[in-house]
Amino acid sequence: MAQHSGAARSRKQSEAISLTADVLVIGGGPAAAWAAFAAREAGARVILVDKGYMGTSGATAPSNTGTWFVPPGERRREAIERRQALTGGLADPECADRTLDAAWRNLHRLAELGYPFPTDDDGKPYLANLRGPDYMHFMRRRVRRAGVTVLDHHPALELLSDGERIAGAQGIDRQRNRPWRIRAGAVVLATGGCAFGERILGATGLTGDGYLMAAEAGAVMSGMEFSGQYALTPKPSALNKGLPFRWASFTREDGTRLATEGHDRHVIVAAALLDGPVYAQYDKAGPEVRQWLRQGQPNCFLPLDRTGVDPFTERWPVTLRCEGTVRGVGGIRLAGDDCSAGVPGLYAAGDAASRERLTGAITGGGGPNSSWAIASGNWAGAAAAAFAVRRSGAEPSLAPLGEAGLRPTAEERDDLDPAAALAAVREEMLPLDHNFFRTAPGLRRSLDRFDAAWSALRRHCRGAGPAALRAREAAALIATSRWACESALARAESRGMHRRRDLPGRADEFTCAIETAGLDAVAVSRRAIGSGVAAP
Amino acid sequence: MIEIVSERRCIACDKCVKACPANVFDPVPEAPPVIARQADCQTCFLCEIYCPTDALYVAPNAEGPTAVSEAEIEAAGLFGSYARGLGWKRGRPGGTDKDPTFRLRVAAQR
Repeated sequence: MAQHSGAARSRKQSEAISLTADVLVIGGGPAAAWAAFAAREAGARVILVDKGYMGTSGATAPSNTGTWFVPPGERRREAIERRQALTGGLADPECADRTLDAAWRNLHRLAELGYPFPTDDDGKPYLANLRGPDYMHFMRRRVRRAGVTVLDHHPALELLSDGERIAGAQGIDRQRNRPWRIRAGAVVLATGGCAFGERILGATGLTGDGYLMAAEAGAVMSGMEFSGQYALTPKPSALNKGLPFRWASFTREDGTRLATEGHDRHVIVAAALLDGPVYAQYDKAGPEVRQWLRQGQPNCFLPLDRTGVDPFTERWPVTLRCEGTVRGVGGIRLAGDDCSAGVPGLYAAGDAASRERLTGAITGGGGPNSSWAIASGNWAGAAAAAFAVRRSGAEPSLAPLGEAGLRPTAEERDDLDPAAALAAVREEMLPLDHNFFRTAPGLRRSLDRFDAAWSALRRHCRGAGPAALRAREAAALIATSRWACESALARAESRGMHRRRDLPGRADEFTCAIETAGLDAVAVSRRAIGSGVAAP
Repeated sequence: MIEIVSERRCIACDKCVKACPANVFDPVPEAPPVIARQADCQTCFLCEIYCPTDALYVAPNAEGPTAVSEAEIEAAGLFGSYARGLGWKRGRPGGTDKDPTFRLRVAAQR
């Protein structure tokens, strides 16, 4: 591996960019940042490409997130046990322990690097909370200072293979409308989850691009049925931040209060929203909490302040917005603790990876997912750097792996609008009576529509230039929706965020993972928890 | 969605063109950027805090455009209100060391 950092870059603006790196990281959120940082620290030359801008991209940057942060020892053992009881029997305590350990070490590391954590009443830095815009601004500076080449607005369209291993990717520089191609010793996908086109913070980047690229390389998805997580949001904003709702009461149009005490408020509100409008009001917050909320969660108040509503004394319309696999669980199945995607040279981190082993059938939002981004980013970055070192010096020719939206199998048609695919995904995956509450006939109906949309895209769509990104996003959204619906149909029970109205109880035979593989034809299988073998 | 680039406040630094994760702005030589792809806006408000002169206004409606005028936003004091809430100044971070969210997390457990 070469010792110098950075990359030789072609000079002319109009020309295609051709670069070489040891590790290519795709994505711009916290998992991407930690992966790039870890790979660079391991001595690799690292390039990070992001669809948006590393610092504002992803679900973390516009948020204020807690981390799952527990000291080693007895307290950690208890925390893991407490959470394990909620995960529907699908999580692996060992994975939680490793994640907590890596988050513990790296959050201390962040403090040593100078991140301005607030100070608690004992005068000690409080490390279990990260304010998104500041955290990602800080990570961008650290990553660049470490010598990582960061290319913003450079969406990856497809992976490259040398026949045996993943050996890079190619895409477009969307602000200068020119192609790029990067040869790399290993690739980390840190492209986030899929928000199914919902209007939530971060959704612009979260279209499932990494899942599509991984599947084209032969990777398998796991836990995609756990994509029915929804967030309370002041309507019609995109602010899917749950913390202030801890102090909310909810009413129907006629003023009747919803009985949320002692229940999952999301389920109560979802059922009520199927009947008509629901309103919220932060009337359970006392003066002290009100002040902390305003100071600590200023973005949560923008939708209300900017429309002249006092959220504490007046009620305002609330809705539930789908968070797909962003705060759901599913993603690329990891083949090992090093975050290998099961394809040589390919790694996955953060929400691009399945978090089933960490969080089971329930959301990892509000702490576990942000600790997972730190932990898995570090593991994937280090493993990718080590893999790149082992690689031989030969530079075989590379083949692009992209299919749907790039290389049609039949005659090209120009009447195929990727926006229609996005509309289909929104119509099928966002409504509460489709995806929050599921039924077999509903899932089949959605699948029929998605299968037809996939077939049309695959056979006839060729996106070129800037249109290639839209075509690929459409393909990724449809592919992700198909895996989600196929998994939800296969899991013939209810568990965690997977709520089958036709099968409300839990069935022991489904204490297993559901995996989905393939694009033109989707294969569904069960895998026993904690094993490498398929369940009977 | 993003609604206003204030020509009066904007210094044409094009930081928003770079920082917007949804690529909604297009640069214009020697002039303020234009909102070229409003429908792509994810209503995250982050462009506002990256703007060094508080020249941008994002309306909270994420589902479609909102009719607002620069004069009414100016009169309501809403330019830069998110940055002030966070403690960011001139497009640079600040205030996270004073973030009381950890107190909320403790209070939420009660």
